[in-house]
Amino acid sequence: MHNAELFETRSKSSSSRIRCQGISKTYPGVVANNAVDLDIQPGEIHALLGENGAGKSTLMKILYGVTLPDAGQIWWNGQPVSIPSPAKARELGIGMVFQHFSLFETLTVTENIALALPPGEARNRKHLAGRIQDISIHYGIPVDPDRHIHSLSTGERQRVEIIRCLLQNINLLILDEPTSVLTPLEVEKLFESLRKLAAEGCSILFISHKLNEVQALCHSATVLRNGTVTGACDPRMSSAQEMASLMVGSHTELGVPYPKVSGGESVLEISSLNAEREDPFGTTLKNLSFCVGQGEILGIAGVAGNGQKELLKLLSGERLTHQQDTIRFSGKSIGRFNPAARRKAGMAVVPEERLGRGAVPEMGLHDNGLLTGFLGGLIRRGFLRHKKINRFAEQVIQQFSVKAHGVAAEARSLSGGNLQKFIIGREILQDPKLLVCASPTWGVDVGAANTIHQALIALRDQGAAIVVISEDLDELFQISDRIGALCHGQLSPVRPVPGTTVEQVGSWMTGAFDATSVPQPEEQIEEHPQEPQEATH
Amino acid sequence: MLSVSPLPLPRLERRQQDSQLLRYLSPVLAIGLTLISGALIFLWQGQDPLVGLYTFFILPISDSYGIAELGVKAAPMLLCAIGLSVCFRANVWNIGAEGQLLMGALIGSAAALYFMESGSRFALLFTVLAGAFAGLLWAGIPAVLKNHFNTNEILTTIMLNYIALNLLLWAVHGPLKDPNGFNFPESALFTEAVTLPIVLEETRLHLGLPIGLLAVVAAWVLLSRTFIGFQLKVVGLDASAGRFAGYREKRLVYFALLICGALAGLAGVFEVTGPIGQLVPQVSPGYGYAAIIVAFLGRLHPVGIALTSFLMALVFMGGEMGQMELGLPLALGSLFQGMLLFYLLACDVLIHFKLRGGRA
Repeated sequence: MHNAELFETRSKSSSSRIRCQGISKTYPGVVANNAVDLDIQPGEIHALLGENGAGKSTLMKILYGVTLPDAGQIWWNGQPVSIPSPAKARELGIGMVFQHFSLFETLTVTENIALALPPGEARNRKHLAGRIQDISIHYGIPVDPDRHIHSLSTGERQRVEIIRCLLQNINLLILDEPTSVLTPLEVEKLFESLRKLAAEGCSILFISHKLNEVQALCHSATVLRNGTVTGACDPRMSSAQEMASLMVGSHTELGVPYPKVSGGESVLEISSLNAEREDPFGTTLKNLSFCVGQGEILGIAGVAGNGQKELLKLLSGERLTHQQDTIRFSGKSIGRFNPAARRKAGMAVVPEERLGRGAVPEMGLHDNGLLTGFLGGLIRRGFLRHKKINRFAEQVIQQFSVKAHGVAAEARSLSGGNLQKFIIGREILQDPKLLVCASPTWGVDVGAANTIHQALIALRDQGAAIVVISEDLDELFQISDRIGALCHGQLSPVRPVPGTTVEQVGSWMTGAFDATSVPQPEEQIEEHPQEPQEATH
Repeated sequence: MLSVSPLPLPRLERRQQDSQLLRYLSPVLAIGLTLISGALIFLWQGQDPLVGLYTFFILPISDSYGIAELGVKAAPMLLCAIGLSVCFRANVWNIGAEGQLLMGALIGSAAALYFMESGSRFALLFTVLAGAFAGLLWAGIPAVLKNHFNTNEILTTIMLNYIALNLLLWAVHGPLKDPNGFNFPESALFTEAVTLPIVLEETRLHLGLPIGLLAVVAAWVLLSRTFIGFQLKVVGLDASAGRFAGYREKRLVYFALLICGALAGLAGVFEVTGPIGQLVPQVSPGYGYAAIIVAFLGRLHPVGIALTSFLMALVFMGGEMGQMELGLPLALGSLFQGMLLFYLLACDVLIHFKLRGGRA
């Protein structure tokens, strides 16, 4: 394969594939990168670790030519280079897969890939489809070139992005949080492909928060904190605890198993909730029934796209149910209550999208506090009470250690973790009876995730009912008291966490449950002869 | 490896953060560019550019009467633009201020003609209220269509502008035509009882301007001090966040459109009961459309709008002055308006993007 050849010829001239020295980048008020050094060898899988806001994204953007550094030098295969644009980066042989894919849903895989290629290569679609197939087989990245993107799962879309990079003869592949959208099994398959790719000489820069994945995959790691490199290590030799302490600067307890409790009086009761999907790519919810009691956390697992979005909208009131009594909250039927009425009744919701649903990007934190906090005395006779509004935002910032330049900082200027702390803090400070949280720590660093988990547990211990909808099984096992899983719009049995296993829930996530009755765990695995879901954690 | 080589043209690059300086500099820049282009047009028309610009922008306001006239022209645009800014903040693209203004003038005139007879003490008040209410109802049509039938308000408001204009033409040629008017398409002249009081002696400056300035204050309070104003902004910036927070989007659409309709209707009835004094086919030289430019030039901020409405009034007067003094076509005024909006939109790109020269 050409990658291997390139690797051999180029590696003679220099040992490093890419080397950065003294990379600095300052944004108004923030030093994003401060004299960062990075060195990646050919064929090396290098992890870039760090909390949100540590400067990982800035460094990636500099490497991919999206942003120019203020200072510092980059050497590519031993040659000093400057990378002023992504086009230049691709020309050098750097490919990147972003967290958010850039694919056209209505086009096929081949058409999407053709768009990224120079006209000469793109014109012959048949030939291109053949090349896609070759790469797909060679690296074990199964993709059908003729499928339309909208019919692909998130994992499959990611494969299209990776193949698109590989077609451009790259020598360095940058992956930004690639596993956050994958099931455990898909993660394992991705890792196999990456290992093969690396064995052929392609270097990989792997950005992740999941320390166990870094340990399983990477040969070396660079850890960033507050824009500075705080250490480099061999993840295969270091413990997750060591790496985490490099990242957050203190010995944070990892995955503390919070004490499990059983809930009190039922706060939220969902009975036979059905909802037709709203758009062709949505999921129809079928006959969901569950309840959440006072002072307990119910975890709902499942791979995204199995009805989570629909369920959240129905719970928040953004979508109303046909029958008032399919959703009962504190003894009241609220199926046809709008979001404001549900808030008034004591319900709070944290959506998955932080910017553009949970917060208005262009507005300051004070206004974003008011966004849902308007019931807490921030308004008098329709007029805003600016002092109270500011104080509320300050309170959230302080109690949840949100890093921001004051209450007027625009929501979009915050890193994902800090914004999430703000949003969850805003809801918790309103003292809800029920909190519904979607992916509370998605793309959030270890430090912020810990803060968020502790806040949720504290809220639970105050007697609130909490529903956490998340793809992260580790998280759900860590904080939930009872757990179930969504698959194809149906809910698995819900069991107390101490009495179930990751494997059990993993199999529910693939649909291995009888939706009409509550089956015994043993029966389910037998019923489904398909590959047993293995827990990778 | 093949790659498309970029042309050595300046490129636009997304700024990390929007430039606050350019947000306010952009209208100034647009005005400057309009003046330069204007000078070139004068040159091309065989006029001395300095004389041309002087005739356009200085001569109309060289005496106190001219300054008062500026207020007369600014008032309707001010009222419309304030209403439009409420809509635009909420992402409701109301292009129908013109139609709402015309309906205000039409129904206001009908009311005026009716109350002229009655001799009621509240004749003027009822007339004005009738005009405002007519504008409100006219704006209610696209609001209903948008909220309940999901129609695009840009299209419906534009179409309603033409309907309003034709209704007005039908009325002045038909039911509202002055029976003693020698068959001219005009209503009877309004009597004192239904005429707006003059606020400055010896001029045509009427009560519309102080009320317009009152609207500026009210809009400022609404947008920066009230929860409704906050909700309008949230829905405008990010509809899904508004929906998530439980704001009633449909109610906000009604609110914005009805407020704007009432203000535009007020502008219309002020025109007929103020400077014109009767209903004529040409009530508005496009005030409702010009108000769109005014609203954007004023950055959708009430104070900015107050300033730019006077600027736009000057452009209107300059157009007439150019016709009278230099024999230039009246369309030149519209040309200036168009250039102003064009340059503003072009300069606004610089708020979000910066120019980078040379090749990549």
